[in-house]
Amino acid sequence: MGKTFSKPEALSDAHTHYCPGCTHGIAHRLVAEVIDELGIRGRTVGIAPVGCAVMAYNYFDCDFQEAAHGRAPAMATGMKRVRPDLMVFTYQGDGDLASIGMGEIVHAANRGEKFTTIFINNAIYGMTGGQMAPTTMPGQRATTAPRGRDVEDTGMPIRMCELLSSLATPAYIARQALITPKHVNKAKKSIKRAFEYQVAHKCFTFVELVSTCPTNWGMTPLDALKWAEDTLIPYYPLGEFKQPGKPE
Amino acid sequence: MAKVLMKGNEAIGEAAIRAGCLNYFAYPITPQSEVAEYLAKRLPEVNGVFLQGESEVAVGYMIFGAAACGERVMTTSSSPGVSLMSEAISYIAGARCPAVFVNIVRGGPGLGGILPSQGDYFQATKGGGHGDYHMLVMAPDGVQEAVEMTMRAFPLAEKYRGPVMIMGDGLIGQMMEPVEFPDNLYTPPTNKDEWATTGMDRRNSRKKNIVKSLYLDPAILNSHNMLLKSQYDQMKREEVRFEPYNIDGEYKALVVSYGTMSRVCKTAIDNMKTEGFEVAMIRPQTLFPFPEKAIHEAAAKESCQCVVSIEMSMGQMVEDVDRSVKGQKPVTWFGQCGGEVPTPEAVMEHVRSLV
Repeated sequence: MGKTFSKPEALSDAHTHYCPGCTHGIAHRLVAEVIDELGIRGRTVGIAPVGCAVMAYNYFDCDFQEAAHGRAPAMATGMKRVRPDLMVFTYQGDGDLASIGMGEIVHAANRGEKFTTIFINNAIYGMTGGQMAPTTMPGQRATTAPRGRDVEDTGMPIRMCELLSSLATPAYIARQALITPKHVNKAKKSIKRAFEYQVAHKCFTFVELVSTCPTNWGMTPLDALKWAEDTLIPYYPLGEFKQPGKPE
Repeated sequence: MAKVLMKGNEAIGEAAIRAGCLNYFAYPITPQSEVAEYLAKRLPEVNGVFLQGESEVAVGYMIFGAAACGERVMTTSSSPGVSLMSEAISYIAGARCPAVFVNIVRGGPGLGGILPSQGDYFQATKGGGHGDYHMLVMAPDGVQEAVEMTMRAFPLAEKYRGPVMIMGDGLIGQMMEPVEFPDNLYTPPTNKDEWATTGMDRRNSRKKNIVKSLYLDPAILNSHNMLLKSQYDQMKREEVRFEPYNIDGEYKALVVSYGTMSRVCKTAIDNMKTEGFEVAMIRPQTLFPFPEKAIHEAAAKESCQCVVSIEMSMGQMVEDVDRSVKGQKPVTWFGQCGGEVPTPEAVMEHVRSLV
């Protein structure tokens, strides 16, 4: 009998440091499966962020760079410009991408840089210990918003897909979730589509993944999944926001 | 090759191409924007990469990403822009990637001014970014030397796998001089398969390469820093460059000066010589590593009564001069900043007053 399920080649054998119930592991696996399916591991370079995925270079089995906080899109730009044959993806969280790295992601998207960004939105800073992110929900508690996010004081959560979709440059922009198996299947499809556009040198590609952080949300993994579905998804609608050649 | 008349900034751009660097990322800032303008025109002619980034912060990381792929890459900027790039320079030094940074220094602090200055000496030689790192820093005194140093910067960056800086000033960037592009300075890029993220297929390898500066284990981070230190020590042994001037006879004073300022000092020294007043000079061509030994020995000459560091900054290099002289003779500073270069007359008056 043949093997029906195995670890993707693009993942290493290392044990991850992620907390129980964290969805980073699913996101890593989906990206690795897509790299395997497209047969591009030998010319793929990932860029790890600053944040929980800072050591992603240990978990993937392909070339990797480690960026400064928020700067992965600038590094990816440098790489793709000098080596357009490399398949480059950045893997960034919401503090990294939507706060300190907002300038880099917007300009990379607007130049139509032909790399792929995997954006993990779990509405909080994970690695530094549960501080408020630009994507933290109104009233959501964080260690730097102990009484809950006051939107009068800090504004409303930023919707990155909608913001990037407003740029006139063609791109593939999608938001999916890692909450139910159905969500995960759709997420995989979007990630694959993004990498396929990159392989075809088509456009900038961006997949946001609504994720959970049970540890910093102070919830059990199951409660976290429910909270994400009830609270995050209504504010961060799922779907493909932009595709090259398709009217918006 | 015949000599051509070129502006310093444009000559630096052309020198990079002649050195085999076909990748350039930059952000406009006075007084060095001509490098970007020149390369925007020139690089497409040689199938090179030109990109104007959205900020110096981003440009620093475009350089990092490209350098981590093992490609020759350069950026140019001026003081406030180099401050913004200093974060990336620290990461590049930590991740051990070869890259060339050119700083056409203008007055500071803050926005300062747009005229020539040497006020970034500390930033260039003592850090600028965070953590224990150094850059090899070369300081040209004219357009010809700017070309030669730019061409040498790439193999040096590869030899030490780290950032190399050319520190010019607004005058070097803006002035036109006859220049010759030497063919013999071209060196083919070194093999980067051991470390660069070139893709496993290209290396025909099953082992991934990781370019990073993160070492959470304190013992490993310590040994990483020890490795970097051993490279800086090697630079001190092998890469010190300086020009001695009027050093053979009996001189009463020793001047230490570099870049544009050293040319003014040479005129002053020549003028004083006609009056029978002998003054010698050491001109550091590398600011890091610093020509400590040469300055120490020149200051030791019996006839030499004093040493003066003459800078277009408020007493920065004088600290290294003092460290080199080691108390043998009194060391003082003379200089001016804000954009006006001290005149030969001002230098002469000051040096005479010391003896």
